[in-house]
Amino acid sequence: MDVYEFFKMGGHGFYIWGSYGTALGLVIIEAVWVAKKHNKAKVELNQMEAEFTRANNQGVNG
Amino acid sequence: MNIKRRIPWMKYASATSFYPLANRLVPIFMGLAVILAVVGIYMGFFVAPIDYQQGNSYRIMFIHVPAAWMSMFIYLLLAMYAAISLVWRVKMADIMAYSLAPTGAMFTFVALLTGALWGRPTWGTYWVWDARLTSELILLFLYLGYMGLYSAIPDRQRAGRAASFLAIVGVVNVPIIYFSVIWWNTLHQGASITLSAAPTMSGVMFSTLLIMTFACWFYTIAVVLRRAQGVILERKKVALWASQMSKK
Repeated sequence: MDVYEFFKMGGHGFYIWGSYGTALGLVIIEAVWVAKKHNKAKVELNQMEAEFTRANNQGVNG
Repeated sequence: MNIKRRIPWMKYASATSFYPLANRLVPIFMGLAVILAVVGIYMGFFVAPIDYQQGNSYRIMFIHVPAAWMSMFIYLLLAMYAAISLVWRVKMADIMAYSLAPTGAMFTFVALLTGALWGRPTWGTYWVWDARLTSELILLFLYLGYMGLYSAIPDRQRAGRAASFLAIVGVVNVPIIYFSVIWWNTLHQGASITLSAAPTMSGVMFSTLLIMTFACWFYTIAVVLRRAQGVILERKKVALWASQMSKK
C-alpha cells in the first residue's frame, strides 16, 4: 500500500488522524500525570515520615 | 454489626489492604491495555475493510464508540461509589468516585471530539444540537461539576458529600443519553450493538470494536487504581502532619 495514500485515508485523513491522535495523546498524558502524582506523593510521605521520626527521637533523647 | 465483617469483599474497602492489591493490579491491567490497543488499532486500519458508504471515516468508530461507552459506564460507577460513600461512609468508596471522575471526563471529551470529527465528513457538520450530542455534553459538565465542587469546598468530608449528591442526581442523564436515539428522532444514529440482537456490522469490525473497548476498560482500571493510590498517600500525609502537630 502507498504510504501517502494510507495517510490521506481517501480524503478523511484529517478527521481520522485527528481523532486517533487526540485520543492517544490524552490517554498518554493522563497515565503519565497520574504516575507522576503518585510517585511524588510517595516520596513526600517517606520524607515526612523520616523527618518526624528524627524529630520525635530527638525529643525523646534531648 | 460491622459491615466490613459481614461482606468479605469489603475488606478491600480499607486503604491498607487496597494499596498493595492495587500495586499488583496496575501493571497487569496497563500491560493488557497496551497490548489490546496495539492489536485493536492494527485491526482497525489494516484488517477491517473500507466501508462502502462512509469510506475510511468510519474507522473513527473504533475510538468513538468505546469512549462513549466508557463515559457512561464510568459515570454509573462513580455514582455507585458516591452512593456507597454517602450511605455507609466508606472512605475508599469516596476515593474511588473521586479517582474515576477525571478519566470519565477525558473519555466524554474524546467521545464528543471524535464524534465531531466523524460528523463533519458523514453529516456535513461538526456539531448539531441533537439529543444524543447535547446529553453527552451535559455529561461532560456533570463530570466537571463533580470535580469542581469537590475542589471548591475546603473541608474534605463535606466536599465528598456534596459532590456525591451531585453525582447521584446526575445519574438521570445516563439513560437519557442511552435512549435519546429512540426517544427523539434526531440526527445521531441508533445503536448498532444491543444485548437483544445480533450486531448490524461485519464480524471483523465488531471484534475490533470489542478489543478497543476492553483496552479502554483495562486502561481505566489501571489509571483509576493508580490515582486512588495517590489520593491515599496524600491523605496519609495530611493525617501524619496533623498527628505530629498534636504532639507539640
